[in-house]
Amino acid sequence: MSLLGDGLVAAGQMLFTADSTLLDITLLSLRVSATATLIAALLGLPLGAWVALTRSRLRLPIVVVLNASMGLPPVVVGLVVYLLLSRSGIMGPLGWLFTPAGMVMAQTILITPIIAALARQTIEDAHLNLRDWFSSLGLSAWQRVATLLFEARFSLAVVLLAGFGRAIAEVGAVMIVGGNISGSTRVMTTTIALETSKGDLPLALALGALLVALVLIINGAAQGLKSWMEQRHG
Amino acid sequence: MVSHNLHAASDVLLSLSQVSVVVDGKPLLSDINLKLRTGESMVVLGANGSGKTTLLKLCNGILAATHGAVMIPPVADQALIFQRPPLLARSVLDNVRFVLSIRGIAEPMRTEQAQVALQACNLDAIAQRQARLLSGGEQQRLALARAWVCKPKLLLADEPTANLAPAATREVERLIQAVQAKGTTLVLTTHNVAQAKRMAMRIIFLEGGRIVEDRPAAEFFVSPQSAAARCYLEGECL
Repeated sequence: MSLLGDGLVAAGQMLFTADSTLLDITLLSLRVSATATLIAALLGLPLGAWVALTRSRLRLPIVVVLNASMGLPPVVVGLVVYLLLSRSGIMGPLGWLFTPAGMVMAQTILITPIIAALARQTIEDAHLNLRDWFSSLGLSAWQRVATLLFEARFSLAVVLLAGFGRAIAEVGAVMIVGGNISGSTRVMTTTIALETSKGDLPLALALGALLVALVLIINGAAQGLKSWMEQRHG
Repeated sequence: MVSHNLHAASDVLLSLSQVSVVVDGKPLLSDINLKLRTGESMVVLGANGSGKTTLLKLCNGILAATHGAVMIPPVADQALIFQRPPLLARSVLDNVRFVLSIRGIAEPMRTEQAQVALQACNLDAIAQRQARLLSGGEQQRLALARAWVCKPKLLLADEPTANLAPAATREVERLIQAVQAKGTTLVLTTHNVAQAKRMAMRIIFLEGGRIVEDRPAAEFFVSPQSAAARCYLEGECL
């Protein structure tokens, strides 16, 4: 049988038997990316809402920086975070280099601009229809932000899923910051890269299949949520 | 000088004196002098772009005057309804409850008052329906319920029946008159001359951002004095 065929059969066996290595790596990936998404949401949603509503002269430069930051190269982010967390870096004393905490930090930096930029657009669109009414009711800035975040909750959930998808599929930053240490910082994407370079395809293929399935589930959930929202709320 | 304080001792609810509004160098309203007394029902007529909506926004305080003196009631004493009601992606009941929460009304009063307003606007049977899925007439009635529940001293209505069928239009008019009957002062803009005749005690006619006529409705419709108003009433200048 071909290399690919053998690999697929072995990968199928690993998936079917819920191989412990496969499971550990997948769970670490989910844990790191979910944590990064949660922190990025706490930072990015208020930032996006503020940029959407502010009339500050800083608004335009911030929008440009946020939009540009959506395309941050992961390896560059990884390098910067590596330097910050390295022994001589300003965050060196935290001891986060080559730990999941450092990987969370790198992924948070990567996806916060994505969440903030998409949230800004979503909230700005929602505000456009409600602005005059809110003004006529005399809503304060905080009441506007809270109301708009709630009004756009389903679209913002889709934004968070997009951020999570970007985080879990990312390899460059976590490779540099995490070090791809077996049993400690090895996640799905770094394992796929390593196993492929070693020519050991079964684990790489099994993880690849799982990763693709996860991305499909996330996108399916996002689309389903959006459709449900449109049907239910108009 | 632009002021937003109302003289409490007067029955004048709203006063604009020598007011102009200029946006991006373009004059939208010029030299507006207007006094509105409690209980009045004033309809603002004028062709598209004459400044009707701008005048309403000025009266509501969401648009600031560039020049002149503005005295308007506080936000809590006003309600503004729009041609296309902005609705929250929530139930009919929650849309009304939202307005009360902004006014600081706590539960269970909030829900009780919202239900009374929905009943008054014949929306109680669909209180749990999603607001954005309602028909145009129902949406406008919901906007009126949100206004009703605030017990406003001043109701500003910007072409509230522009996109509605005749039956829905009459229902909305009936509700506006019901709000008015509770002592609310009304300022309404419309292109519907028949509606203006039904609703107005007083007519303001705007042309190019200026008030060209300000007269009792009965006089205005019988003998409009300006050429623009005559043209408008004849249906030639919409």
